[in-house]
Amino acid sequence: MSESKGPLCLSGKGVTKTFGVGLKAVTAVDGVDFEFRRGELVSIVGESGSGKTTLAKMLLGLISVSKGEIFFQGQPRDISTARKKREYWKGIQAIFQDPFSSFNVFNKIDTVLLDCINMRGGRRLPRQKKYQMMEEACSFVNLKFAELTNKYPFELSGGQMQRLMIARIFLLKPKILLADEPTSMIDACSRATILDMLLNLRNETGMTIIFITHDIGLAYYISDSVYIMEHGKFVESGTADQVILHPKAEYTRRLISDVPKIFEPWDLTTV
Amino acid sequence: MGKTILEVKDLTTKYITRFHEDVYAVDHVSLKIEEGKSLGIAGESGCGKSTLALSLMGYYFPPLYYTSGEIILGGRNISGMDPDDVRKNVLGTEIAYIPQAAMNALNPTRRIIRFIEDVIRAHDPKMGRKEIFEMARDRFHELGLPPEVLDRHPVELSGGMKQRTVIAISTILKPKVLIADEPSSALDVTSQKMVIKMLKNLMEKEYIKGMIFITHELPLLYNVTDDIMVMYAGQIVENGTAKQMVFDPLHPYSKGLMGSIIVPEEGVRGHELTAIPGTPPNLKNPPAGCRFADRCKYVVPACRVHEIPMLCLGGDRCCRCGHSESTLREAYAHERK
Repeated sequence: MSESKGPLCLSGKGVTKTFGVGLKAVTAVDGVDFEFRRGELVSIVGESGSGKTTLAKMLLGLISVSKGEIFFQGQPRDISTARKKREYWKGIQAIFQDPFSSFNVFNKIDTVLLDCINMRGGRRLPRQKKYQMMEEACSFVNLKFAELTNKYPFELSGGQMQRLMIARIFLLKPKILLADEPTSMIDACSRATILDMLLNLRNETGMTIIFITHDIGLAYYISDSVYIMEHGKFVESGTADQVILHPKAEYTRRLISDVPKIFEPWDLTTV
Repeated sequence: MGKTILEVKDLTTKYITRFHEDVYAVDHVSLKIEEGKSLGIAGESGCGKSTLALSLMGYYFPPLYYTSGEIILGGRNISGMDPDDVRKNVLGTEIAYIPQAAMNALNPTRRIIRFIEDVIRAHDPKMGRKEIFEMARDRFHELGLPPEVLDRHPVELSGGMKQRTVIAISTILKPKVLIADEPSSALDVTSQKMVIKMLKNLMEKEYIKGMIFITHELPLLYNVTDDIMVMYAGQIVENGTAKQMVFDPLHPYSKGLMGSIIVPEEGVRGHELTAIPGTPPNLKNPPAGCRFADRCKYVVPACRVHEIPMLCLGGDRCCRCGHSESTLREAYAHERK
């Protein structure tokens, strides 16, 4: 969304992650710079092994940054203590690839959602109000709360679980949502639903969504700007139209040619 | 018109649940594959695609049971055969199957060549080790896999490579039909392309004569297969050539599926994705009449009264909808405005 240069939400300078030491050291993310603005839907696209998920983990603060710095809302990010980390996670939340393992199996769905309300300072709200909020969140993702109460997450299908995850995000209202391949484990039909929900979520709450995927088609459909990642570096970035319709980097062209198309023939010779 | 290599007539198979309820996951399915052709099966998760794949092999083990119908493969009916007989004389040589998580099918403690030996020896115990190795090496070379792979353990290979290795292993005996059940959905787009290239290669070199490709990715099906069949709640709802099905779907369910296609091409951005609301019905007690009625936009009371028959529209095009072709086309045209 180039027209709305919103305030900076998350940015990084020379962010690097190196695993191992000495000769065996592997640089997974190699000095990347990025600027994500408020209300923007950004995609990070790359093959497996290009460092997308490592970058995501660093953004979430799940692993440390080897070199460089990440800025949260213009300030250098400080997650040195557990308390500060918790504070940071109020601003950034994630949806992961595997919906089946992203829930606590011992908690019922009511508890999952109730926890979110409590975390957002709704602990003292009357019970009825809490239920109303939960119902609202569920209807936002086209689930019926009445059918979910007293159920465990594993009783739902993959698509429903991923939607429940979005309902959680809707209640938590973080500044940034990091979606790490949220649609790669569910079928094409529920995928459309999930993508539309992410777009709705952005439009309704104005949060920044960082969407990580290997499918450039999804990135093109959903995002405002696209970063293409190859071997830990961003090889190309810009608005979605710019990057995908007029790609400059060789790697981007290859990624585009890898996706099966329906309006043009799919060239299988270039693998 | 080529020779028919696989013909399935009214195949019905069921699962028996713990509570002794019958679930008909494949309900009167008929299909036909001609030599050199490939057939795609599309549908949501939970609509019976994978069960159909398992049923087509004629190899049933609980909780899946055979009920009725025929599977005619190379002139003989394999549906009612003894499981042991099927395993020895049909699987591997006549029909091969690649499961979705094929990469997890390899025992991590054995080298790739051992799996190939297993497959070959099961059908021809006399073959020597060296002979097998040479045969495997040549085949791998022809399919574009480095022959070093044969001496590696599965953990040393990447996901895409493992998937291609499994395909090479399962087609080593030149089966007539290959059933690929979502062979690429756990891979990224680049490895997916390599897998597809290999499958096409197999078809071209005539190591396999026909292929059934199951996936929910429609752009992929369009590029891989000649014909597409759409499945819903255990039944076939529409079939036709790939081009017809993607650009001119008739059944409201196919229409919905095609509406969820996302490709990185101009004009895709901005057009709303039309997801189908709701989930497939529970097959324990399928709804009377049209099974799609609860989620259909064009539902009329008559849809729920009696079972809808498959209606042939000329050529190989068939559709299972209560509305006539012209009514549906009118409705779609009206919607476009």
